[in-house]
Parts: sequence; C-alpha cells; structure tokens
Amino acid sequence: MARDGKREDLPRPPEGLSRRDFLRGGAVAGALGGAGLLAGEMLEAAKKGPHAPHMEAGVEVWGPGPVPMRLRVNGRPVDLLLEPRTTLLDALRDELELTGAKRVCDRGTCGACTVLLDGDPVYACSILAITVQYTPIQTVESLGRPGELDSLPAAFVEHDAQQCGFCTPGFVMATKALLDHNPNPTLKDIHHALSGNFCRCGTYAGMRQAVLAAAAADDDDDDEKDEKKKDGGRPPTEPKGVGHG
Amino acid sequence: MQPFELASPKTREQAVHLRGTDPARATFLAGGSDLLGLMKDHIETPSRVVFLKGVGGLVGVRSEKSGGRLRIGALTTVDDLSADAALGFEYPALTAAAGRVAGPQIRNVATLGGNLLQRPRCWYFRNGFGLLAQRDGKSMVVDGDNRYHAILGNDGPAYFVQPSTLAPLLIAVGAQVILFGPQGDRFLDLEKLYRIPKTEGEREHDLRPGEMLTEIVLPPASGRRVASYEVRQRQTLDWSLATAAVSLEMDGGRVTQARVILGQVAPVPWAATEAEELLKGKTLDLDLAAKAGEAAVAKAKALSQNQYKIQLARVAVKRALIAAAGLTEEGA
Amino acid sequence: MVEYFWPEAKDRHLLGQRISRLDGPAKATGRAKYTYDLLPKGMLWGKILRCPHAHAKIKSVDVSAAEKMPGVKAVRVIQGPGTEIQWALDEVVGVAATSEALAEEALRAVKVEYEVLPHFVNEADLTKAPKVDAGAEEVVGDPDGAMATAEVKIKGTYGMPPVAHNCMEAHGQICEWTGPDTLNAWCSTQAVAGLAGQFAEGLGIPAANVHVMTEYMGGGYGSKFSVDRWGIECAKLAKLAGAPVKLMLDRRAEITVAGDRPSAYGEIEVGAKKDGTLVAWSSKSWASGGPGGAGNPPIPYIFQVPNRRHKHTSVPTNRASARAWRAPNHPQGAFLTFSALDDLAAALGMNPLDFVIQNLSISGQFEKVYREELQIADDLMGWRQRWHPRGDPAKGAIKRGLGLSLHTWGGRGHRSNCEVTVHPDGIAEAKIATQDLGTGTRTVIAIVLADSLGLPLDSVKVSIGDSRYPASGGSGGSTTVGGVSSATRRAAQNLLVTLFGKAAPELGVKPEELEAAEGKIRVKAEPAKSLTWRQALSLFGQTPVTATGANPGTGDLTTSGVGGVQMADVSVDIETGVVRINKMVAVQDCGLIIDLKTAESQVYGGMIMGISAALSEEKVLDPVTGQVLTTDFESYKMAGIADVGELVVHMMTGPGYDERGVIGVGEPPVISPGPAISNAVANATGVRVPFLPLNPRRVLDALGAAGTAGTAAKKETA
Repeated sequence: MARDGKREDLPRPPEGLSRRDFLRGGAVAGALGGAGLLAGEMLEAAKKGPHAPHMEAGVEVWGPGPVPMRLRVNGRPVDLLLEPRTTLLDALRDELELTGAKRVCDRGTCGACTVLLDGDPVYACSILAITVQYTPIQTVESLGRPGELDSLPAAFVEHDAQQCGFCTPGFVMATKALLDHNPNPTLKDIHHALSGNFCRCGTYAGMRQAVLAAAAADDDDDDEKDEKKKDGGRPPTEPKGVGHG
Repeated sequence: MQPFELASPKTREQAVHLRGTDPARATFLAGGSDLLGLMKDHIETPSRVVFLKGVGGLVGVRSEKSGGRLRIGALTTVDDLSADAALGFEYPALTAAAGRVAGPQIRNVATLGGNLLQRPRCWYFRNGFGLLAQRDGKSMVVDGDNRYHAILGNDGPAYFVQPSTLAPLLIAVGAQVILFGPQGDRFLDLEKLYRIPKTEGEREHDLRPGEMLTEIVLPPASGRRVASYEVRQRQTLDWSLATAAVSLEMDGGRVTQARVILGQVAPVPWAATEAEELLKGKTLDLDLAAKAGEAAVAKAKALSQNQYKIQLARVAVKRALIAAAGLTEEGA
Repeated sequence: MVEYFWPEAKDRHLLGQRISRLDGPAKATGRAKYTYDLLPKGMLWGKILRCPHAHAKIKSVDVSAAEKMPGVKAVRVIQGPGTEIQWALDEVVGVAATSEALAEEALRAVKVEYEVLPHFVNEADLTKAPKVDAGAEEVVGDPDGAMATAEVKIKGTYGMPPVAHNCMEAHGQICEWTGPDTLNAWCSTQAVAGLAGQFAEGLGIPAANVHVMTEYMGGGYGSKFSVDRWGIECAKLAKLAGAPVKLMLDRRAEITVAGDRPSAYGEIEVGAKKDGTLVAWSSKSWASGGPGGAGNPPIPYIFQVPNRRHKHTSVPTNRASARAWRAPNHPQGAFLTFSALDDLAAALGMNPLDFVIQNLSISGQFEKVYREELQIADDLMGWRQRWHPRGDPAKGAIKRGLGLSLHTWGGRGHRSNCEVTVHPDGIAEAKIATQDLGTGTRTVIAIVLADSLGLPLDSVKVSIGDSRYPASGGSGGSTTVGGVSSATRRAAQNLLVTLFGKAAPELGVKPEELEAAEGKIRVKAEPAKSLTWRQALSLFGQTPVTATGANPGTGDLTTSGVGGVQMADVSVDIETGVVRINKMVAVQDCGLIIDLKTAESQVYGGMIMGISAALSEEKVLDPVTGQVLTTDFESYKMAGIADVGELVVHMMTGPGYDERGVIGVGEPPVISPGPAISNAVANATGVRVPFLPLNPRRVLDALGAAGTAGTAAKKETA
C-alpha cells in the first residue's frame, strides 16, 4: 500500500505512536510542564517563531493559522503544528495516525471517538486539540496489540463484543473508564457508563458479558488467591441457548 | 468550521475584554459539546474563540459562610456537579438530574453554564434555517415536522423548546445567576435569563453584550421538597421529551408555596403558574398531583404533530409532585 | 471425481465450536485500518457539495472562485445546469484539496442557482401522493366468498416509516491512480470483486486494471454494493488532481442519501374459522423507497392463506433511492402480516401461540422447524405460564405483555471461488475476493480450511478483501457464509487429493486410505503411520501446492431456507407511552453452523437492529424542505445498550439441521422484532399501536384514540 514507506525522512516515532508524529513542530520542541496553552521553553520558542501569538489584554491570542502545540498522548509528548480549529479527534487520526478513535457522527452523539482525557471518557470530536495541551490523553492503542492484548480488549474478543468493529474502540475506552473508577460494576452501572456509545451491528449482548468478564479478570489481578473470583462465577463461554442477560 | 483565533484568559476581566461586545465576532468556549457542533455546521461562525476553562475561580460548589447559600461556578462540569457532596446533601434531586444529562462523555466536559446557555435542539435551527425557522415570512415549524416542538408559549414566532434539563430544577428552587460583563457583576433570577425571541436577530438568553455567566447561586433548601421527572424514550443518550421540576414548601401534608417549572415544552423553562396556584394551601395527595398536572397544561396547545407532549407534560408534573411528596402510586 | 461433503459430527474438530473472530484483537485495540483510517502519501481530501432541495433544476453552477483557492487541486461539476435533482443532498460539485478544512471552504465558495420544484416525501397518506404506480391484483382461490363465510374477521391499517442503514463507517473510498488507466481503490464495500467492474465501467478503463481493497469495513447491511457516483467522482478527482483522494460521506449525507429501508403501509382484512383456521385474506399495501417507488413486500407472510387477494402500489417520492436493508422486504411483510394475525387472534380470543400452531400446516416447508422452535421459545420465554389476554389487568401505569412473530429467509451460498495454497512451511492459505462485514467471514473461512485439513487454526491464513483474489459474490442476502465455506471446503478437499496422491506411495498405502488429521497426513487405520505437513510438502520440492474450489458445485454443501421464531416481553407506561423491552427470545435455524460464537452474534445483532427499528428509528423527512431532519445519532434514534432488554438466543443444531449444509443467518433475525414487539405492546395495553416506531408519540396517539391513555391524549392524524 502506498501508505507504507511514507515519511521515511522523519525520525522514528516513540513507541505507541505511528509515523506522522512528534517533530512536526521540531523547532519548538521543549520541556513539559506549566499551565496555560503553552509553557516553558516551547512557549518561548513559539513566541519567536513564524507562528507567534499576538498579545491582547495580557493574553496570547493564537491563530487562526497553524499554532505549535504539545499533546500528551499515551504517556508521550507530541509536538504538532495545527490550527486552533483542529479537533482532538482529527489531530489523533490525521496527524498522529492513531486511528482507533473513529469519526462517525463528528457531532458528539455516537461515542465512536471516545478517548480518555485525564482518565475520563470524552468525545474527541467535540474538543479542540489546542485546549487539552499537557492533559494526559489515552487512546485505545494503549491497550495492547494483537498478540499482547490487555484484559479489556481480550474480553471484548472472547465475548464477541464486536462485529464490524468500527464502534468498538469507543466502547472499549468508555468501559476502561468505568472499570478504572468502578471495578465491580452492576449491569445497571454498565448501561449507565456505556449510554453515550452506539453500535449498529448490535453487539450489546456480548458487551455486557465482556465488561463483566473484564471486571472479574481485574479482580484476579488484585487478588489471585481468590479462586472464586477467578472466573467471576461465570463460565468463560456460556452454554448454548443461555442469554447474555 | 471557519478558521478562528483562540485565547485562553486567566481572569474574567481578560475574558470579557477578549470577547468584546460583538457576539458574531467572538464567542466563549467552555466544554464545547454544543458549540463545536454549531461551528462545524456554520451556525456559529466566530472569528475568535475565548476559551474559559483557564479562568480561575469558576469551578466547584461552595457554601457561603452566612445564609447557607450555595455558589456553583459556571465552569463546574455536569459530572462534578452530579458527584458533589454538598450539593447532593442540600438538593439530591439536582445531583441526580445532573447524572442523567446526556452520557458520561458529555458530562465530563459540559459545564453547568453551558447546560444553561446551550442553544435549542430544534432541527430546523440545527439545519441552518435560523432560530425562528422562518421562510418567506412563514414558520417552517408550523407547516413542518414539529413533533418535538413547543406546546406552551408557542404563539410564535418561536416554536423551539429550551433544552436544558437542569434549568427547570434550578429555577424551581430559586436559583440566581451572576453575570460578569464590562459593567461588572449583575445578579439575575435564572428564570429571567430566558426569554422568547420575537425576531430572528434576538437570542433566547437575556445576556447583555460581552457578559459571561460566572456563578449560579442557590438558596438553602430549608426543608423544601424538590423533585423532577423527565420523560425520556431511550435510556441511553437521549433528550427528555418533557420535564417537570417542582419545589414545595409544606406544612405537614399541606402545600404552602409551590414552584412548578416545565422543561422542553416551551421556548423558555415554563412556569406552570396555574399548577402552582392550584397546589397552594391544599393537601398534596395523588388526586391533587393529577389535578396539578391538568392545570399545568390547561393552556397548552398542540401543533400538528406534538399533541402527545401535552400528555407527557401533564404526567411529568404529576409524577414530580408524587416524588417530591414521597407518595406512591398504585402499581408503581 | 471428488465427493464433496461436510464431515460427520464426530469428525469435526473446529466446525460448530465457539471460536473467537480472528480479527477481533486488531479491531478491539484500534489497530485494524479501515478505509476511513488510511492516509496514503500525498493524499488529498475530497468533498461533495450537495443540493439542499428535494426537487429542483440546476440553473447555473459557478466553481471559478473555488478553483482559484490555493490548495484546491481539483474541482468537478458532477451535475450541471439543466439537471433535475430528485432528492435532497444529491451530488452537485466535487472538490479535492490538501486539507479537509480547505475542501470544505472550497465548497462554500461554489455558487449554484436552483429552480426549486414541488416535492413529495411523505407517503403515509396515500391520497396525497401526486403519482402512484399501482400493481396488478394477485388473487388465489375465492377471497370474497371465503371472507363472507369467515366466522371471525378483523380489518386494520398498519405501517412503518423508512429507516436508515446508518453504517458506523460512512460510505466512501480512497482512489489512487498508479498509471494512466490503472486504479487502486480502497473502499468501504460489501462487494470487493464486483466493484472493480463498476469502477471500470464508470471510468472507461479495463476492469483488470482496477484493484479494489477492503481489509476491514465498518458495516454495510445491504447499503454498500455499489461504487456509487461518489466513488466514480472520487476517482475522477484523483485523476484530475494527480494525487490520491479520500472521499468519505459526512453523517448528514450518510443518513440522507446512502441507503434506507423502504416504508410499508397496508390495509388488511383477514378472516378465520372459530377454531382459528385462516380462511381468507385481503390486503392493499403501498410503499416508497424514493423516485422508483418500492417493491411489494411478501404479504401474507409465511402463512399461505388459501383464499387471498393482494394489491401493491408503489409510490415515487423525492427521497434518495432505498437500498437493500437487511432481509429486504421481509421485515415489512412480517410486520404487516403478523400485526393483522395478532389482531385476529385477539378477536378470536386465542393465545397467539395456539393460533400460530393451529395454522402451521399452511406455513410451507418449515412447518416442522417452526413447530420445534415455537416449543423452545415457549420454554425460554415462559410464554404459556405468563401470557394473558389483551390488556394487562395489573394496576398502575405499567402494563406488561408478550408478543411473537415468525420469519424465514433463503440464504443459499452465492458464487464463490477459493484458492488454497499450502506453503512449504506447512501453512495453508485461502484466498477469496470476499469481504468481512463484521459477520465473521474471515473466521469461518479459516475454520473450514483448518477443519478440512486437520490443522490447528494458527496454521491457516485467510486472505480476503482484495479484488485480485479469486472472485466471490457480494456479501448480501445471507449468501456469503454458504458461498465461501463451500468454495473453501471444495478447494481443501481438492488439495487433499493432490497431497494424498503424493503421500500415499511414501506411506505404502492407497490415497483413499489417508486422512488429514491432527496436523498430519496419516493412514486412517494406522494413525501412527503419518507424514507431517512439511514432510508431505517436501515431496513437491520447494513449490507450494495449490488447489481451487468453487460454489456452486457438486455436493450439497449449502442449501436455501431457514425458519426462525422470536418472542418479546415488554412493559408499556401507558401514561407516557414509553415502551421498554424486558426480554427477547430468538430461536433460529441456519443449517450447519461453522462458528457458533459468530453465528449467535449474527442473531443477537439482527435482533438488536430489529428492536432498534421497532422502538425508535425513523428517517424523518421534512414536509417543508424535503430534507432529512434526523441527521445525527441524537435525532436518528438507535437503541443503546440499556434499551434492548435481556436477550436470549437459541441456535437449532443437530439432526434435521446440520445435514442441510451451511445457510446464511445475517438476515433472518432482523425480521421478527418489529411484529413481536408491536404485538407485545398490544397484549400489554389492549390497544394496537398501528405504526412503527413504538415511540411515545405513536403509543399515546393510539391509546388516546382508544380512550385509554391515562387521562387524555386525543387522536392525532399521522
């Protein structure tokens, strides 16, 4: 495919990010930290560069042209040069090639673009990238890869909680946020936590099982000696004809 | 989205200065869950966006030392609101309602201020036909598909419904808002923040040029019985089709003062004064709750496709009153 | 002559097991790259300007300003002056630019003048249709005479609006020219093999020069068989710009023009003897799926009432053309039929389960299947213990009720070709130009290949989603699994003939004495005498061994026709009209099951999609503008995880089922939820809500008309 072998001139990206990544605004790469849109060395460099902000009421006004910005994605800093109007979703997908978060409705109504912002699920399509600089962003790509799956995507696979798979990363991330905050959710908790996501193929039955199973698996990690908890009292696959409740 | 410049002020003074007084030129951005969609659809086309989440002092719920009023920063997220212990202690109905707003992804970014100031969901408005959706001087809503439109306050030209699910409850308990603008702070009853526009140029919010919503102030509950009831079809991400919020001062089983505010039925949160009057001085039982529901919609009038919403508003009032009074319906 | 067959139950080591889909890990970690995700080097963004009017003539198109914008690399007038537009959001101008934002800005710089013409978009009231296409009346027996003698009869009007496919991955593609007449196209399609020819025809280039690729695709449900005008335009923009172009529909266009299920309305009269035996049927139906109207749903559905009359009228509307929507025509036929039959059962005072059983003798070839399935469904739902006559006597606003429906579908395997190659390292690879819509196609091919060759799953590789592989049909009509599994099975059996021919002399036996099992080629009677696959392959030097298989072919590896039964348990709040699903039971037959896990997922998925359409989905057309008003997931209401209730699926397997071979199951389970749920609502409330979706408006309007809606709600015209 043509997409392979592109941008070979660029340095190798950090693990977890693919090609078109960090040094887009290489000249302004700098230290992390600080409040506001830009801080530290990066801000100082940016202020001198061709994309410098202008000042008004003692506040930097950026854009409307490309603005140097730093995102913190899956634990790594990434420097980008983007217009203020760029959404977090488009930055992730089109600049960082982290395409797990999908663009489906692009209006904050479907959940396919769900990522975690400082641990909380958000719609990446409805957030401007420039406004979430330095805030930890976690995408589905952080949950392993084929062959080394984290327990959560593994549960989605085991319980066939996906068909076409286009909504799946969003559901996986909404579920991750749920389990991070509530390791032993009830079915009602699951329904509440996943109420901002929609699936067209109709995989909700498998999802319910997958979330319960992933929660049970997390229990194992916490307490491996508790044999009863090991399978959460549920068989890994239910007998034929028995429902997903 | 049209290109725009963006600033992230630290103080409300900076914010108001950067915003200026021309709403078409510059806009405030908080959570963005409503604004970004409007901008993508070119319904809002600002050339400057003033991002508010860096402004200090506008997040969280605090109790005033004297008087017991609660002050909620306008930038408090709906999710934080739903989990706030102080607010939940005083007004559990409010934290519960906050927990039902949209889905978790929206609650995590959407702010209370944004919830109160969000634009109508009217599909003609959202499809670019304007707030009043008029074409050749005629309302598209009246001739078109108005299944979700107003049944009260719908004498025209506005037929959209005010979408906020939190506004009816906040109004019912007597919330005030603090608006900060070029002339400083302005206190306003939340109820008065909403208005029915008469011309296409008017907004549905009574915000003066350059003003920003900074705080929402709640009086102490003082033993009032507060509840709301929302009729939603889906249990996932969905809008209420009709909401009723009630706040009752009671003396034993007898109602001494009542506020009954309806949501999603009129271009503003609708004060059902007929129901409020009916309740006053009477003992609240199932029969009175049903009668108050009737009174609340006595003046409602259906458009061509929203007759059912009259029934929904009627039932919402009845059920909110039953919940507030702690009554139980047969079979419920 | 090879005899092709599916192995006996005792000889299956993977067939029929519960096996996780092979591409699950890539999808669940976001690593799977769909068309929408690909970013070829130098790619431009394509966008289309669409007509806002439902019916209009284009007077002028001015693209000069757009063409002058820096970064805009191609502008094409798709439909120019003089063209009569027949539906809102039809394509007018296409652009390709270096960024998506720039492409959008270019569209905004295009000036189009229209002469707006009158439109017609809502056909619920047939009398308002400006033109109709009335079909011929079909008559069997003596419907008038039989109706006159019927002891009990009912008359009713029922209907359902159009619903959108609303695929999560929008329609679209990336086109890249690799030479003056050679094209690469990454497409979100259900028809990889078929699309090459469609591109070729639209572009005037040899079909052999078109390379279509679909590694992953985000849902189709019948809407993605065509290259579509936007596909051809994408290729033309790419050619004009001299760079690859990605053009995906936005959600508004996806819901408006990229496919829906036609509406269906019907006036039905049906009569029976007192014992419930159906004697007479008379129906008129009408429907629209856009300018071409819409076809005739099968009415009466399943039950071939001996004396019957039916007439269908097709209504042209200014809506984008309907597309095949999962089980085309059957959900409509089932809803109209089973609504009327349920009303008749109520008039007879019969339990609908008894009523259906009473008439099974006219249900066709699946009478026995239905009988068995109804029994199992009854057990799983507790129907007989829990059923009550219409109108739940429980006090309060919440009424509970049960409803049922039956369905059928064909599902014979389509034309398919498979090439199986065993590489010298012992890995077996199947190549088929099919596509995995999320149904598990990739996985079932792997299972068939591994099971047939006696190999573990990780020793087989499946290569699909590429038009350069052996041709296979589009994935529609539940025909894929039968097609690809039969082709793969035959290829595998053919491969074994070649392998056994070489291996037999080595092992000193005849080829027919060999089997492929447990990762070895071995002597059946003496399993210790064996060759590993590597050893067997070494007999061919370092050359891989290849065989092909095709469907159709000899041997009954796939047949047509399945039966299914569903039951619904609902609660209705009669004061608000809110319907909640408590539980749904699906009992489904699909012949021989290859992967029980993904087969069940198809049934869950179909049932959920059907629940969603029954409860809340409606593509709302604005009478004023003719535009679709439900253009996102907030207004186009699909059911979410909390809305579908407890779901129970039972797959029919074993004797009587397995020997029919592999039959598709994507369509059938989507058919019954509408009537089953609607009938349950009628059972709960005592009132028929005649129109889908069963939202508060529809329910309260019906209850109001019947005078039972709490205190009020008056009748309102639809």
